[in-house]
Amino acid sequence: MAGGAIQFEQVSFSRSSLPVLSRFSLDVNAGEVLALVGRSGAGKTTVLKLVNRLLLPESGAVRVEDRDTRDWSPIQLRRRVGYVLQEVGLFPHLTVAGNIAVVPRLEQWNADRCGSRVHELLDLVGLDSDSFKSRFPDQLSGGQRQRVGVARALAVDPPVLLMDEPFGALDPLTRADLHVAFRRIQRHLGTTVMIVTHDMGEAFALADRIGVIDRGELIALDAPRVIAASRDERVRRLLDAVPAVPRS
Amino acid sequence: MLSLPRFWSSHRGELATLLAQHVMLVGLSTIAAVAVAVPLGIFAARRPRLAAPLTGIANVVQTIPSLAMFGFLLPVPLVGGVGARAALVVLFLYGLLPIVRTTIAGLRSIDPSIVEAGVAMGMTDRELLRIVQLPLALPSIIAGIRVAAVVGVGSATIAAAIGAGGLGEYIYRGLSMVDSTVILAGAIPAALLALAVDGLLLWLEASMSRRHRRSAIPAAVAMAAVALGVAGSVAVGARTSASVVVGSKNFTEQLVLGELVAQTIERWGGVSVDRRLNLGGTLICDRALTTGDIDVYVEYTGTALTAVFHQPADTDPAAVYDAVRDRYARTGRTLLAPLGFNNTFAILVRGVDARRLNLQTIDDAAQVAARWRAGFGYEFLERPDGFPGLAKAYGLRFAEAPRVMDLTLTYRALATGQVDVIAGDATAGLIKGLDLFQLADNRRYFPPYDAAIVARSNMLLRYPAVREALERLSGRISAADMRAMNYAADVEHRDIAAIVREFLR
Repeated sequence: MAGGAIQFEQVSFSRSSLPVLSRFSLDVNAGEVLALVGRSGAGKTTVLKLVNRLLLPESGAVRVEDRDTRDWSPIQLRRRVGYVLQEVGLFPHLTVAGNIAVVPRLEQWNADRCGSRVHELLDLVGLDSDSFKSRFPDQLSGGQRQRVGVARALAVDPPVLLMDEPFGALDPLTRADLHVAFRRIQRHLGTTVMIVTHDMGEAFALADRIGVIDRGELIALDAPRVIAASRDERVRRLLDAVPAVPRS
Repeated sequence: MLSLPRFWSSHRGELATLLAQHVMLVGLSTIAAVAVAVPLGIFAARRPRLAAPLTGIANVVQTIPSLAMFGFLLPVPLVGGVGARAALVVLFLYGLLPIVRTTIAGLRSIDPSIVEAGVAMGMTDRELLRIVQLPLALPSIIAGIRVAAVVGVGSATIAAAIGAGGLGEYIYRGLSMVDSTVILAGAIPAALLALAVDGLLLWLEASMSRRHRRSAIPAAVAMAAVALGVAGSVAVGARTSASVVVGSKNFTEQLVLGELVAQTIERWGGVSVDRRLNLGGTLICDRALTTGDIDVYVEYTGTALTAVFHQPADTDPAAVYDAVRDRYARTGRTLLAPLGFNNTFAILVRGVDARRLNLQTIDDAAQVAARWRAGFGYEFLERPDGFPGLAKAYGLRFAEAPRVMDLTLTYRALATGQVDVIAGDATAGLIKGLDLFQLADNRRYFPPYDAAIVARSNMLLRYPAVREALERLSGRISAADMRAMNYAADVEHRDIAAIVREFLR
């Protein structure tokens, strides 16, 4: 199953003539969860935006499902790629159901199909459909909002899901809950997921593979176990930032 | 003074019509402004470099006083002239700015992460606008519409100056009759209308920024549609399918003469009449007659000679009449024989002053004028046969530069001692009503101002019976008749239509 595979090939990108990415290469396998970890300003968000063509590379190529993003229609591409932001970006004037059904409606789904999809997705992200679907975003807690954000991003069953610090603003307990829920959903759907985070701990909790990004360069890419044993000083610094939790 | 409720109940049909016209003017112009300003605001919000100049232009439009704007538009074809169309254009222009501004502000205040979420979900520009940006900017846009509509209710009162009707008609009529009851009869409903519009849109704005917005929009749209529908049917129903449009300037005598011409045509001319009375000054009436917005009004020969045709003043009545008749004829208009009275400028002082100082002539007054303050209408200060020549002819000097005020206010200003000398109309009923005294023009400075009907020639050719009817009035109205009718209207506050009916009997 090639659905959802992403390749970065020698991608360079700069912002106001400062290089953000230079000759960045990365293969994301279909169905895996890949976490990109790095400090703020390392270029993580830029990587995500290159996938759904919010940005185009200056040189090199980004391929989604073996097709250069330049050749994708941006609208079509974005509807195949779910996107979850840290700020969630729920539409404040729409209910939970309305938020989740935005893309299905744009795709001309009928009301019945939208309704049952909303029900299914709320179920999936662990919210009781009947009590949540007609609430407005300002009637939700931070964790609930984030769950709705994930449900919205998954609405038309996209093969690829991009997540930008999705759980960054949550308290640790809520976060742990969401991590568990997320792994369950991802395994269930087999979606290819790229997560960017500055938190190595979160990467360990979620990812099949971890890429470490530093000043626009991919300095390590491997299974969490291998990354944890890395001797690279830049990787170690990120590892050391993870609070020491006694793990028995 | 008539009491206000009595005035309203005796004029309730007219009040309903004027209110309906007012609602129509504001409603239609605001809808048009929304239709243009919202897209313009959306356009500008996406191009920051355009937003500043655009709001700049709209700002400048807003700062033009509405009366001046009506003046600018008078000679403009299609959108200008007199009547409701020109008023709609002016009100529309005024409505643009607040709506453009709040549309831009509303769109710009949306949290960028919400917009980014929309883009990342694969919304097209249009979808983003429809699903995300417009709904979120809506409370702000409604706030702009509210400002536009409330300002519109106020500005629309001025539209009566160009014959667009509306509640301003009572205000102007009241000013020219120096009757505050009539002014209030228009001003109070206008203020209540403004409050009602404000309250309605405020409610809409509030229910829009809360949730459950869905129900608010259709309800508001339905309400506006019903209001406009009712107003429209009243306003249209009240208008006759007119064949001859009668105009007049904006003071009592002109209203009486306009009504006189209108009733004469109705009685003996065999066609229906559309009254566009209370139009403003000489220039507005002349312009309206030239463009065909009105077919007929009453002009004064001396005024036509100097103010319309820009000729030097002349003191021979026959020579002035002939000169004016010829010039009208060359521009497609016919001046009928004079009505029979000469409404010359009257230099007026308080009766008590005249008796105390034993004043008879303007020369007498020139002796004591250095201690006096003068108050003149705009026209008298500007006209070639007005104040500058008068001052020269009599060597008049006042304590300070003459105060400029609305012609109709000068009588009251003189009577209450705010000024000591004014230039009024010789036939003004208020001269008697307020115990004023007319100083004799002993040096024969003022040219003759014989009142005469001027009409579009092609209208007279099309309706020979109208011409015949109007000619019946020639030589029939003496200065005493005129002063009596003005007195009945200005001082006794009698209904002008009734006064005229009585006179024609």
